[in-house]
Amino acid sequence: MIKDKIVARHLQVAYGPKVIIQTADFAVKENDIFIIMGGSGCGKSSMLRVLTGLLPPAQGTFFVNGIDYPKADDDTKLEIMKKVGILYQSGGLFSSMTLAENVALPLQKYSDYSPSTIADLVNLKLSLVGLSGFNDYYPAEISGGMKKRAGLARALALDPQIVYFDEPSAGLDPISSARLDDLMKDINQNLGTTLVVVTHELDSIFNIGTNSIFIDAATKTLTAHGNPHDLLKNPPNENVFNFLTRGRENAKTAQ
Amino acid sequence: MTQLINFSINNNTLTLSLGGAFVHFEQTDQLYNTANSAPIKKIIVTSDNSLKNWDSSLLLILFKLKNIADTRKIDFQTQNLPDGLSRMLLLATAVKPHHDTPLNHHDPLLDRIGGYWLNLYNVFMKGFDFAIDNISALLKFVRGKSVTRKVDFLFALEDCGPKALGIVSLISFMVGLILAFVGAIQLKTFGAQVYVASLVTIGMIRIMGAIMVGIIMAGRTGASFAATLGTMQVNEEIDALKTMGIPISDFLVLPRLAAMIIAMPILTMLADFMGMLGGGFVGVLLLGIPASEYWKYSWQAWSMSSFWVGIFHGFVFAFIISLCGCYYGINSGRNADGVGVATTKAVVSAIVWMIVATGIITFIFERLGI
Repeated sequence: MIKDKIVARHLQVAYGPKVIIQTADFAVKENDIFIIMGGSGCGKSSMLRVLTGLLPPAQGTFFVNGIDYPKADDDTKLEIMKKVGILYQSGGLFSSMTLAENVALPLQKYSDYSPSTIADLVNLKLSLVGLSGFNDYYPAEISGGMKKRAGLARALALDPQIVYFDEPSAGLDPISSARLDDLMKDINQNLGTTLVVVTHELDSIFNIGTNSIFIDAATKTLTAHGNPHDLLKNPPNENVFNFLTRGRENAKTAQ
Repeated sequence: MTQLINFSINNNTLTLSLGGAFVHFEQTDQLYNTANSAPIKKIIVTSDNSLKNWDSSLLLILFKLKNIADTRKIDFQTQNLPDGLSRMLLLATAVKPHHDTPLNHHDPLLDRIGGYWLNLYNVFMKGFDFAIDNISALLKFVRGKSVTRKVDFLFALEDCGPKALGIVSLISFMVGLILAFVGAIQLKTFGAQVYVASLVTIGMIRIMGAIMVGIIMAGRTGASFAATLGTMQVNEEIDALKTMGIPISDFLVLPRLAAMIIAMPILTMLADFMGMLGGGFVGVLLLGIPASEYWKYSWQAWSMSSFWVGIFHGFVFAFIISLCGCYYGINSGRNADGVGVATTKAVVSAIVWMIVATGIITFIFERLGI
C-alpha cells in the first residue's frame, strides 16, 4: 500500500497579519513527484518554507511520515529533517567551501561514516549529478546550472526520503533544465525518493509531475489537485486552464 | 536483515556476490585492494533476490569497483542487480571526470616580483582616481549639478548623525574618564592633580576626540557602506546603474560622502565635550578637585586653534571613512565571502589611512606652529 509522506490539513500560510494562502489540504504519496504550481506571487515558495520548517503555519498543520511536524519537539524535527533534502533556488551553497566540502558537511554532521568513506561518497554524489572532478571548485567558479546540480548533490548526501526543490529550472537554459528534470526523474525512480517541486515551468510540470496542486493567487486557496496531464484534460476552473495552456487557448478562441 | 557480501577470484575474474540489506554499510579496503592489485581481467558483480533494501553505501561499492576497472582497463559486468541500482551506477559513471588543463606558463621570478609591485601600484592608482572622481563629483553636488537623490542623502545623514550619537557619547565619555585616571596617577606624584583638567581638555579637543569618532565611525558606518554597496554588487544593482549610464559616484557615493562630511565635525565636537565631561567626572567626584577649579583649568587649557585642529581631523577622517567604505563596497566580490572581505578591507584601510593622515597633519601643523 502506498503511504502518504506528507499530509497538509487546513494549512494556512501567513506573514504576520498578511495571509498568503487561506487554507490548503493535500497529500503527497510516497514516490510522487509532487508539483506545487501557480502564478508568480501566489505563495508557492512560502508554502515550501512552511513544509521545510522555516515558517510556522499560521493555522492548521502538516504531517511528515505521519508525525505532526509543527507540534513535534526539536529532536523529532531534527530526525525528520535528516531524511529531507532541499535544493534552494540558487543552490544555497556555502561560498567559503568547495563543492566537496559543501556535500561532505551533512555527512560529517549526521552520519558515522569514516572520513575516507565520506570522501568517496562525496565523489559518488558529485558524479551522480555530473560534476565528477569539480570537488575543489568554489561555488563562485562554476555556472548557475552547475550550482544547482551541486546543491542537489548536497541535498542527496544523506539519502533523503523526501527532496524539496524551489524553482529548479529558474535561470537555466532549456537543455540544462531538461537535464535537471531527467536527473530528478532518475532519482525518483531509482532511489524511490519522493520529490516536492515548486515551479511554474510548464515543460517541467508535464515532463516530471505525477501529482500536483495549483495555488490560485486570487482566491488564496488550492483550486486543483491531481496529475498535471489530467488537470489539462479536465481543468476544474478557468485559472488552472489558463495557467496550463499559458492562456493561449483563450487567445485562440478570441481570434 | 544484514548485508551479505562475498568475493572470490576464479579464472582471472573477481566475482562479488551481494544480498540482504545495505544501509549505511561501510566496506573495508580489502575488497578494493584486491580489485586493485590482483591479477584479474574481469570484475563481475552479482546479486541474489534477497538484495532489496539498499542506499548509497552499496552504490559506492559498485562505483569504486567500476572506477578501478576503468583505471586498470579491465572488463566490468553486473548481473541480476536491481534495475534502480544498475541505472544509478550508469548515471554516476555517465560523465567523465573533469580535469583542469594545467597552465604550462611560468613567469620568471623577476617578472612575478615586478608584477606584484605593478599590481599594487595599479590598485593604489585606482583608489586615487576613485577619490579624485568623487571629490570632483562633490564639488558638482555643492553647485547643485549632480543627480544625487535628496532622500538618499538624508537617509545617510540620519545614519551617520543622530543614530551614532549614543555610541559616540558613551565611548568619548569613557575615553575622557580613562585619560583622567591614567593622568591622575602620574600627576599625583608631583602633587599636580589639578592639571588633569588641562590634560583631558587638550588631549580630547586636539586629537583624541577626532580619533575616537573616526574609529567608531569606521567600524560602524564605513563597514555599513561597504556591506550595503557590496550586496548591491552581488545583486547586480551596480551593473544596472552602470548600464543605465547613471554615475555611481553621484548616485551611491556622494550621499554617503556628503553626509559624513557634515556629521563627522559635529560628532567630533560632541566627543570633545563628552570626553571633558568624563574627565570632570573623575576629577571632581573621585579625585576631589572642586568643580569650579576643574572648569577653570579646563578653560585655561582650551584654545581655539586646538579645537579647529580637532575639527579638521574629523573633516579629513570623513573623507577617508566614506571613500574607503564606498570603494571596497563597489569593488566587492560577487558572493557572501566577497562582501565580508570588502567590509574588512574598508574598516582596516580606513583606520590605517586615518593614522597616516594624522601623522601628516600633525607634522604640517607642527611646522606651521599651530
